[in-house]
Amino acid sequence: MSYVEARNIWVAYGAVSVLERVSIAVERGTFCTIVGASGCGKSTFLRVLLGQEQATRGAVYVDGQRVPEEPTSECGIVFQRYSVFPHLTVLQNLIIPAEFGAAPVTGRLFGRRYARARNAAMAMLGHIGIAHAADLYPAQLSGGMQQRLAIAQALLKQPKVLLLDEPFGALDPGIRSDMQVLLLSIWRETGMTIFMVTHDIAEAFRLGTRLIVFDKVRHDPQHPTAYGATITYDLRLKNGKALDGIATPHLIETKTAEEERATHVLSLSETSRA
Amino acid sequence: MRLINQRPGHSERLVLGAMLFVLLVAAYLIGSDIRLSENPDDKLLPSLAQMGAAIWQLAFQPEQRSGDYLLWTDTAASLARLLGGMTISALIALLIGIPTGLIPRARAAFAPFVTAICLIPPITILPILFIVFGLGETSKVMLIVIGTAPYMARTVAQAVADIPQEQIVKGLTLGANTWQMILRVVMPQIMPKLITAIRLGLGPAWIFLISAEAIASTGGLGYRIFLVRRYLSMDVILPYVAWITFIAFTLDWLLLLYSRKRYRWAHLSGTAL
Repeated sequence: MSYVEARNIWVAYGAVSVLERVSIAVERGTFCTIVGASGCGKSTFLRVLLGQEQATRGAVYVDGQRVPEEPTSECGIVFQRYSVFPHLTVLQNLIIPAEFGAAPVTGRLFGRRYARARNAAMAMLGHIGIAHAADLYPAQLSGGMQQRLAIAQALLKQPKVLLLDEPFGALDPGIRSDMQVLLLSIWRETGMTIFMVTHDIAEAFRLGTRLIVFDKVRHDPQHPTAYGATITYDLRLKNGKALDGIATPHLIETKTAEEERATHVLSLSETSRA
Repeated sequence: MRLINQRPGHSERLVLGAMLFVLLVAAYLIGSDIRLSENPDDKLLPSLAQMGAAIWQLAFQPEQRSGDYLLWTDTAASLARLLGGMTISALIALLIGIPTGLIPRARAAFAPFVTAICLIPPITILPILFIVFGLGETSKVMLIVIGTAPYMARTVAQAVADIPQEQIVKGLTLGANTWQMILRVVMPQIMPKLITAIRLGLGPAWIFLISAEAIASTGGLGYRIFLVRRYLSMDVILPYVAWITFIAFTLDWLLLLYSRKRYRWAHLSGTAL
């Protein structure tokens, strides 16, 4: 069994289908980048992996265990915004994971245990290159530094899987490439399994060892939300190039669906002419 | 340059800000002077000297019967009721508002009830309070609590619900349990908004306080105003109103100062009230 496995996932909100027939098996240590049009269920897929949302059908497994029905510290997450706690300083943001783990009642550590957590946090700060900002609040940091902090915070729990939902979407190109370098070095160091949603195809190719594309393959012109998106491309990458472009069987259906739509439109126009 | 782009300088802002106050005082003094020159016994618009004398009497001369310095005993009595009521309200707001905003089951249980309670005009409860709790301090404090707590609870619940879902999910992935989430993520983030709710709630709280004191009391700022009304003692009422305004302003300012100092992160961006 692969490290992360999604088995025939469907997600629907009432009559609105978001995902359908999503199956994928990902090996441990994979850097999986996810691209697709807006609103095609990339983030939904991430939330299902996280346990924040439940699949209507199908199931997700991480390390052989079924993902529980709520987010746990098994998965770390970094969002595009609001990822760090605005009311805590940079340092406090990195101490709080240890406090959550060790102080179920007070939520705070004191004395020697606090000092130990603080040292670990300071080490992480140095590692991620924001030690000079330890006592600032997130609002006083640039967007790039905030995301550095968010990634550092997620790493402290040593999650099995790290999920990134367009983490660099709001950053300047220069900062963005710095962040990509940082992320790659973290990934190489930790060997962590990463899923990253991005809008930037170049970024997806540059970072990933595997790239999956979500798209809708079935369309109902009378009911646009009837069918959900699924994985249409699944590429294994090396140094930014595809190794074996495996188009999933759905891709073939894409054509049929497109053809169907074309014939449908044709027949409609013929009827109107007649 | 168009009007919306013309900005006053520092000194001009001070002058503009003071202008309406000066105008109000000047208008009063002129009116008072005219009336007093026609009838030195006029009670409606007393002069500054008359008001000063009346307040001096209340503030620094012991009252004959009780030996109390009335301005200060009134102020202490009113402040104790006001601050006591607001403290209880703030605690209720936290105890009800946080679960309502955060925990779906608590929301299902509390939200309709709190919304309904909010709609009861608090003053209509006053007779009930007097009957149940008697005419003592309890009913006055209770009126303030009933008048302000439901709104503050709703404000807190909304503030909790407004915390980005990302923050909650992040807390979960960092291993927080529900209690830790409340203690370390939710409560600190809504405290500045609770302080704002207290500042806004103080307005209605004063109304309830003065009303309760006017109806049944033996001391307090509201009691005094309504007592001396019988003698048309504008020379006491006007300074008392100014004094109440000053206290209200000071409380508001202290709360803002506290929020800025204690929750500095919340005042880093944007312009809070």
